[in-house]
Amino acid sequence: MLASLARPALAGARPRQPARRRWHGLAGYLFLLPWLIGFFGLTLGPAVASLILSFTHFDLITDPRWAGLANYRRIAFIDTKFWASLHVTFTYVLLSVPLKLAFALGVAMVLNKGMRGLTVYRAIFYLPSLLGGSVAIAVLWREIFSGSGLLNRLLALVGLHGPSWIADPDTAIYTLVVLGVWQFGSPMIIFLAGLRQIPQDLYEAASLDGASRRRQFFRITLPLLTPIIFFNAIVQVIDAFKAFTPAFIISDGGGGPINATLFYTLYLYQEAFGNFRMGYASALAWILVLIIGTFTAISFLSARYWVHYDE
Amino acid sequence: MSGLALDHVFKRFGNLTVLRDVNLTVAPGEFVVFVGPSGCGKSTLLRMIAGLETISDGELQIGGARMNDVPAAQRGIAMVFQSYALYPHMNVYRNMAFALETARMPKAEIDARVRRAAAVLQLDHLLTRKPKELSGGQRQRVAIGRAIVRDPDIFLFDEPLSNLDAELRVQMRLEIAELHRRLGNTMIYVTHDQVEAMTLADKIVVLRAGQVEQIGSPLELYNTPANQFVAGFIGSPKMNMLRPSSTHFEDGELRLELGDLRLLLGRRGGAEAPAALGIRPEHLRVGSGTLKLGEISVQQVEHLGSASLVHGRLPDKQNLVVQLEGQQRIGIGDCLPVFLEPANCHLFREDGAALPRPAQPALEGTAYAH
Repeated sequence: MLASLARPALAGARPRQPARRRWHGLAGYLFLLPWLIGFFGLTLGPAVASLILSFTHFDLITDPRWAGLANYRRIAFIDTKFWASLHVTFTYVLLSVPLKLAFALGVAMVLNKGMRGLTVYRAIFYLPSLLGGSVAIAVLWREIFSGSGLLNRLLALVGLHGPSWIADPDTAIYTLVVLGVWQFGSPMIIFLAGLRQIPQDLYEAASLDGASRRRQFFRITLPLLTPIIFFNAIVQVIDAFKAFTPAFIISDGGGGPINATLFYTLYLYQEAFGNFRMGYASALAWILVLIIGTFTAISFLSARYWVHYDE
Repeated sequence: MSGLALDHVFKRFGNLTVLRDVNLTVAPGEFVVFVGPSGCGKSTLLRMIAGLETISDGELQIGGARMNDVPAAQRGIAMVFQSYALYPHMNVYRNMAFALETARMPKAEIDARVRRAAAVLQLDHLLTRKPKELSGGQRQRVAIGRAIVRDPDIFLFDEPLSNLDAELRVQMRLEIAELHRRLGNTMIYVTHDQVEAMTLADKIVVLRAGQVEQIGSPLELYNTPANQFVAGFIGSPKMNMLRPSSTHFEDGELRLELGDLRLLLGRRGGAEAPAALGIRPEHLRVGSGTLKLGEISVQQVEHLGSASLVHGRLPDKQNLVVQLEGQQRIGIGDCLPVFLEPANCHLFREDGAALPRPAQPALEGTAYAH
């Protein structure tokens, strides 16, 4: 009864949406449109397609043939190159990310001391991050670390005879690690911003409390930087898993010597565009997604034990 | 417990001198307050004592030993910061224990000290909380607790109450006074709030533009300010500063005229002509009194409940504030005769320095007679 009494009044009070209001809404969607097209057409669509393709055999020429779990079975039980590339990639991730973060933090702390010409140094240190992913730098790297490269010529000046760093299976991966670490600019800038956020009076209080520089670093700087470290680590790990260009250039796309620089993405590329096994490459891609996803999930789960958020 | 001495201390940042020739002795157990307006150098002076700023010139002694080059941690001091500077990632216990752990004190001793300090400051139930989970007053207490556990010779407080609301400020002020009474340590306290200075201090150091204006007990500063600045800074509401309409010699006597007021200030040679006469609002009376200053027309009345502040204007357009007890029925535009006691008058030279007050300036009517 109450409801029926109340309803007509409510219905009567409901105004028609004015035309201007509707146009406002349309404008919003129009502005969204480029992003929506990009997201559905270039990201979500291809991702779903690749997931479906990973259950097929597909050589780009004939139609895809349903393969069930065959691709995944082959990856897990037969394909030794998959395991080799995984080994190379994990080695690269586990070496380059911690080294890069440590180096970035070290440089950020030096720059944070407040020196003359800080902005110039900041730009110079950031430069490799802009150039580092490029083909040109990878070519340069090959020239530096080859048998007759710059490094060996410098070593020769002091009487040392260096190997061809990129041709030696034992050292090739490390040249790529060094290249990765050299691109420390972007985490460095973020660390620098993080360091600026730590109130100076905490250090003053700590120095009154008798804490040495070293203790201040481990007990104050590092704990308060954990959100920044966490962020940088996630971004850098994902980046490192996806690294491709340097290995492609240095090994001429082969991942050699003896698969020593066969990054996961490089192997995936070989399978897709060398052997035209698109279904298989899609399966490889989805396994990389799983690996990165698992790592990220573990990182987030562990964060509550070591990341300190002030607010 | 140690005293402290500053001997001709200077602080310079490049060409800028922010503290000039500071001399001060603090007796063991004394509560000294540095007070002054923003930018007067009071916090810098405190930080120099703490060892957070270098001393450009002069000497700092604590307990008789020169401390200029001794690291902050070895000066036997503890400091409470304006921002509290609590370590945000450590709980209350860890915050208080940090200095002791750094000094590698045995765990049992650390625990005993932290719990004792927590009990004194009523923090027992908060020991596992992080600073972000505490109220402003509780954070303040933790900051003080962090200082107490170290058992320092000297406590330094840098505007510790300025981030608290008015009610909490009064409460914490009482707690700090109580703490000083109980611990008996030497304490140096920086504030821009003259009420805090008056209520807490054994000795107040008034600073302005890097220089000490006056050092003395709160009542000394109130009763005999050394200059116009101190007179205006200490006491609330501010002291009235009035320009005499004339000061001249007549019959060998220095006479001051101001409104209806006629004062004899002494004989030629023994007296100097004042440029300003200061009188505190609470020392003025309305209706009757010893000497009549003049009639004011009331511009504004502030009712504080226990007192009324009457803002008025003298016939010569000088402003005057009168503080009257209780709740007065005074309207804007009323004319009030204002009276004063000669003994409550302060006289100042043109450069602001106080002149010696004649014990009993004579008054008109009883006519310049001694």
